[in-house]
Amino acid sequence: MILHSKAAAHGSLTICGARVLDPGAGVDALLDVKIEKGTITELAQPGGKKSAGKAVEAEGLILAPAFVDPHVHLRTPGREDEETIASGSAAAAAGGYCAILAMPNTSPTVDNAAVLGALIEQAQEEAQIPTGFMAAISRGLKGEELTEMGELADAGAAAFSDDGQPVRSAALMRRALQYAGSTGRRLALHCEEKTLSSRGQMHEGAVSAELGLAGYPSVAESVAVGRDLALAAYEGQPIHLMHLSTSESVELLRRALVDGVQVSAEVTPHHLCLTDEAVRTLDTNLKMNPPLGSETDRLALIEALRSGAISCIATDHAPHARQEKDVPFEAAPSGVTGLETAFAALYTHLVEPGLLPLETLLDRMSAGPAQAFDLPVPRIGVGEPANLVLLDLEATWLVREERFRSLSANSWLLGEALRGEVVLTVAAGRVVCGSERVTA
Amino acid sequence: MAEIRVIAGETSTVSSAPKRHLISIDDLNREIVERLLATARNFSRSLEREMKKLPTLRGRTIVNVFYESSTRTASSFELAAKRLSADVMTMRASGSSVEKGESLKDTTRTLTAFQPDVIVVRHPQIGAPKLIAETTSAHVVNAGDGKHQHPTQALLDLYTMQEALGHLSGLQVAIVGDVMHSRVARSLVQALNLVDARSICIGPPALIPRGFEQIGCEVSSDISGIETADVVYVLRMQQERIAAGANFVPSLREYTARWGITPARLRPGQVVMHPGPVNRGVEIDARVVDSPESLITTQVRSGLVVRMAVLYDLLTQGPVSLAPTVDMNEVA
Repeated sequence: MILHSKAAAHGSLTICGARVLDPGAGVDALLDVKIEKGTITELAQPGGKKSAGKAVEAEGLILAPAFVDPHVHLRTPGREDEETIASGSAAAAAGGYCAILAMPNTSPTVDNAAVLGALIEQAQEEAQIPTGFMAAISRGLKGEELTEMGELADAGAAAFSDDGQPVRSAALMRRALQYAGSTGRRLALHCEEKTLSSRGQMHEGAVSAELGLAGYPSVAESVAVGRDLALAAYEGQPIHLMHLSTSESVELLRRALVDGVQVSAEVTPHHLCLTDEAVRTLDTNLKMNPPLGSETDRLALIEALRSGAISCIATDHAPHARQEKDVPFEAAPSGVTGLETAFAALYTHLVEPGLLPLETLLDRMSAGPAQAFDLPVPRIGVGEPANLVLLDLEATWLVREERFRSLSANSWLLGEALRGEVVLTVAAGRVVCGSERVTA
Repeated sequence: MAEIRVIAGETSTVSSAPKRHLISIDDLNREIVERLLATARNFSRSLEREMKKLPTLRGRTIVNVFYESSTRTASSFELAAKRLSADVMTMRASGSSVEKGESLKDTTRTLTAFQPDVIVVRHPQIGAPKLIAETTSAHVVNAGDGKHQHPTQALLDLYTMQEALGHLSGLQVAIVGDVMHSRVARSLVQALNLVDARSICIGPPALIPRGFEQIGCEVSSDISGIETADVVYVLRMQQERIAAGANFVPSLREYTARWGITPARLRPGQVVMHPGPVNRGVEIDARVVDSPESLITTQVRSGLVVRMAVLYDLLTQGPVSLAPTVDMNEVA
């Protein structure tokens, strides 16, 4: 078992009259979707006889497979003031997600089975949606000794990652690839050559030159991507590249895919929507690692997402306490929240302007990440577990701190009006968001 | 940035009216720069009198907050305030609650409780003056924030050039040295652009930031590029750039040999400037520092009258308007 959430009774529910859109299953039709005991039991023409039980009126809305986020920081254990499993999974539910994977760079690090086991138990108590946990590649994320990956995999580790830190040594990366292969779990890699990124505060370019902020050159990512792709190819092992941000990395990924390297990759909403120009405001909610790139980078990422070279959208939801971001830019930690705004941000910034088809966005937020991590792929079909998101594409809403279910509000979208709203989420057969829409 | 006129209203009490600040050269336009320089010239004449104090800002309170060591900027702001009869208080980070871990915003709130009219701030981190401006009801003047901006330095440099050479438009200025780590270079290039002067930045390749030419200057690693300049503006070479392992340049000796400003590299008629403090024999030959072509001590004198002009403009209801920001007390 990779995903864990609190046990709950499943009732029956019919979602009536939505446009059901599951690009992977080839479904695009107006249908009533009936759920019983957590499973989709019937897809029927709308307007049929009213079945008994609860219902949601969904005419004019889109019903799609719920989203999967393979890159979330739940800050537990250690920084429960910033996020907990309960609050982070509730935020995910509000964002339309039916599964999330949490990163192991907590305090203590998730680098042994005892810490992992405690997290899984806690998720079974309080996770609103199915939640999985990655374990560290190296003990304490120090990049020196491998964790006991076999035991961690047996204890339920979803994958392995030193996220927040690159695996500095090429030799250790090679050993990790060799060993992880025996566990059947993938390595999720944060690619950064630290001697190049150094103390970089933002993308190196004209904006950093003008502001005087230390530059983080795009090659700091791409030389690490190149190294890890070469090692993955040599060892014949799969890797997942996290939060790609540069056109150079995209080009390396494309060539590796042609060469048959087993590689999947993700991109964040902020790297798809923003460039380094935004950093001129010195808003600390625009500080992230890797940093926001150039417009060339952004367009390359969008094209790779469209073509499928990048198959996953991951939020890299990184909550930070208010006092930690309420400081000068250089003193602020990297990272922004994203679970509750991902769909609307991407619908507003990519789909509405015609840069990405809606179907592609839905696929990259759901089936893409699920497949990359061998998680159950959310599908809308009879006999499938009910993992559904109901979307109102006409709705416009204002991103406000009070609305967040996350314990942190370090969002780059505060104050922005977004198009596209999640109105209902069903995760593992349970309504986890939008229950007020359900009528008896 | 377009000039936005703001009627200066209540300045000493907390109000929600937009405040005028000087955070960056971006806050200015040519008209404002010329007005500030003209005001500075008037103050310069008043300082020639035996009685140097003016009653202009009597009853006003100016707080200098220096989170970074400074000799000329701190003393120049302090004296500028005193020459205008303002009450002035200078706080340094060492020995203050900053050392006890107080956040910048909380320190600002504390100082704001004393109802200062102006807060002058020097801080090692980029954007600190902006953060203060968003937190206080006082006007904020940036006296240097990290590697970002040092707008009063750029203004005093313009003033110095204009006084020495008679004009600014069409001047060619070569800025030599560690451009990467210099807030002075950033502010000066932008200020020179505002007055139609041209600049070229010359230094070791690793010390010229990638993309710097997009600010509006030429860049080069060839020292012979200073030949056509009217003004050779020498930047301070900081010791830590030469520290073992930094590798911005191989050695101090190599830097001095290739980019040091010596009498032999200058041609007659060129003037030399430096924001100080000077490393004699490193970025600039001692003979050049002490030569009649050197305007280095003139720059310090200019600093006084230019800072008087900035404080005056912020605190009087004159037509000069620096950039307003929305008072964040309401939304924070």
